[in-house]
Amino acid sequence: MFGYIVRRAISGVLVLIAIAFGVFILYFYGPSDPAQAYCPKNTCTPAQLELISRNLGLDKPVLVQYGDYMKGIVVGREIKTGKLTEPCGAPCLGISFKQDLEVRPYLMGRFPATLSVAVGGAVVFLLVGVSVGVTSARRRGSALDRGLVGFTMFTTAIPYYLVALLGYLILINQTGLFPGSGYFSPFTEGPIAWIKGMLLAWVILGFFYSTAYARYSRGSMIEALNEDYVRTAKAKGLKDRTVATRHAFRAAIVPIVTIFGIDFAGLLAGTIFTEYIFDIPGIGVAALQSVTNKDLPLISATVLIAAAFVVTANLLVDLAYAALDPRVRL
Amino acid sequence: MPSTDAEPYLRVEDLSVSFPTRDGVVRAVTGMTYQVALGKTLGIVGESGSGKSVSSLAVMGLHDMKRTQMEGSIRIEDTEVVGLPEDRMRRLRGNAAAMIFQDPLTALHPFYTIGAQIVEAYRVHNPDVSKREAKAKAVDMLERVGIPQPNRRVDDFPHQFSGGMRQRAMIAMSLVNNPKLLFADEPTTALDVTVQAQILDLLQELQRDFGSAIVIITHDLGVIAEMADEVLVMYAGRCVEYGATREVLTHPEMPYTWGLLNSVPELTGDPEEALLPIPGSPPSLLNPPNGCAFHPRCGYSHLVPADLCTRELPLLEPSPRGESHLKRCHLLDPENDMRTHEPVVDDDVLEQPDLVVADRVQAPDQQTLSTAGDSNG
Repeated sequence: MFGYIVRRAISGVLVLIAIAFGVFILYFYGPSDPAQAYCPKNTCTPAQLELISRNLGLDKPVLVQYGDYMKGIVVGREIKTGKLTEPCGAPCLGISFKQDLEVRPYLMGRFPATLSVAVGGAVVFLLVGVSVGVTSARRRGSALDRGLVGFTMFTTAIPYYLVALLGYLILINQTGLFPGSGYFSPFTEGPIAWIKGMLLAWVILGFFYSTAYARYSRGSMIEALNEDYVRTAKAKGLKDRTVATRHAFRAAIVPIVTIFGIDFAGLLAGTIFTEYIFDIPGIGVAALQSVTNKDLPLISATVLIAAAFVVTANLLVDLAYAALDPRVRL
Repeated sequence: MPSTDAEPYLRVEDLSVSFPTRDGVVRAVTGMTYQVALGKTLGIVGESGSGKSVSSLAVMGLHDMKRTQMEGSIRIEDTEVVGLPEDRMRRLRGNAAAMIFQDPLTALHPFYTIGAQIVEAYRVHNPDVSKREAKAKAVDMLERVGIPQPNRRVDDFPHQFSGGMRQRAMIAMSLVNNPKLLFADEPTTALDVTVQAQILDLLQELQRDFGSAIVIITHDLGVIAEMADEVLVMYAGRCVEYGATREVLTHPEMPYTWGLLNSVPELTGDPEEALLPIPGSPPSLLNPPNGCAFHPRCGYSHLVPADLCTRELPLLEPSPRGESHLKRCHLLDPENDMRTHEPVVDDDVLEQPDLVVADRVQAPDQQTLSTAGDSNG
């Protein structure tokens, strides 16, 4: 088990190194000159572009820059921007080109907002989605089941940003059923303000994801209910509810955990629409801005963070498998 | 009726089980009547889809009742089971009547230890027993069914057991509440041949100790010969022959039973000699043939005058061998006819393609109507 974790951690690190390299290659050999982005109205002379490049350190060979970047993550480095030299401690993710701030503290400052969205949304979609799916599976073929399946199909077909945008406009702006939205730290501004600001984002995000979870868990539960051991449980004289929960659901939960791990990693990497629409300053919006700004240190940092979450989630899912299913040995 | 000395513990009378499906009503069991006394074993034998499992699941109330129509009467001791409210049925299940399933690997929950599963079966009917006592009981039961080192193995998961041990554990679990009636649905089919005999011996030994009535469902005539006091042969949802095992196996009075016996290899027979399979395949229960359901495959229907076999369903009636040996056949003396005549098989039957599985419809709760599980982003 320990050896397994070590092996997986090593391969995870290799994946991240490769991904960072990919980001650098795309950035430098992509269709536009990075320096061009810092040139107002694209009216710079070649000499001015060269100056920009030198100031940002973009004139050095790509491999050297990549090496510097990776070294900064491991031991820290000093970054020269024009005449200034700024220290950047490990793990150094660089200094933003566009704004004069260090990337790591900047993203760490935005992470609680993203984490709030992810955790709250996940609580909603796990509770709603899984219970809808299980109910549906236990009454398979009934009017209730058909209604729920139809409804989830219908809502899945609507684009998420439309649901979120309409939800924001109708539930906050027009009817005022929900308090305004935004991120308030639960520690400095109090949990009430935090919940009030996040509530609609949780509901909408959770609602949207729960349609998918309703379908996963319905399918998984139907499969489990058809297992021989569920019939055995019934033959013991257990109550239907006990059979459904302790026997069928216990088995049905395993595939749901897999999907949840990957989805949750995705949420932690930033929810662009949710953060944008509900005015939540998280990682997703930062990632979006970094791309429009061609801000290499921020781009590679957000990509690496997302990749690290996915790698970690995969490992955790495998560990959860081993914990849930005694037949699995790592 | 086949005679039983003791008062029967289970009495099934005129039981019919049908499942309405999209394609029509599947009559899985029609007009089945049998009884078993304590300490006795009834064997129900038939091909896949003949209704043999359905009839026992019906006694246990294990079908999805919303999708199942049951008629007739099932009495366990003095309790009428047909129409019994689920809550009372539940108290009988695993308590007065228990069941052993075909494949112990799939029938045991892979995520719980053997001990936990036996404890659960015990405590559901004995809620006052503490977990510790229940576990001691589980260890006792495992020892009783011949699991070595039961106090250690009780904490193993099913996948850590061999096939034969799993079936032993399954038997321990079903006997934990000392049921008077035990259904064994193909208990040895999924096991190695070498283990099969051990499991049958174990069942017989336990029956002697517990005095239960056993209904064993199988397609294996060897199991019947070894275990059963009486045998009931099923074809297309109906009982076609019923009598004492020795009597039926040595003097079959129905061409189907005759065919089953001919398709069993004999140890003393000529190794070069080909087995005689029954031609064709079992009929669809959605759309059974007119008259005798077996007539399209029967080699002796030409001996019956006036196409009676294709027009009229024969009654289950006493055979020339006596009141206790019932047969469903238009032939007046089937055994004699089968011994003296060569079978004549219609060519159509041999050329008829095998029925697709869906035509031999099983109970709806075994079908997967899964529309879910598809992925999305």
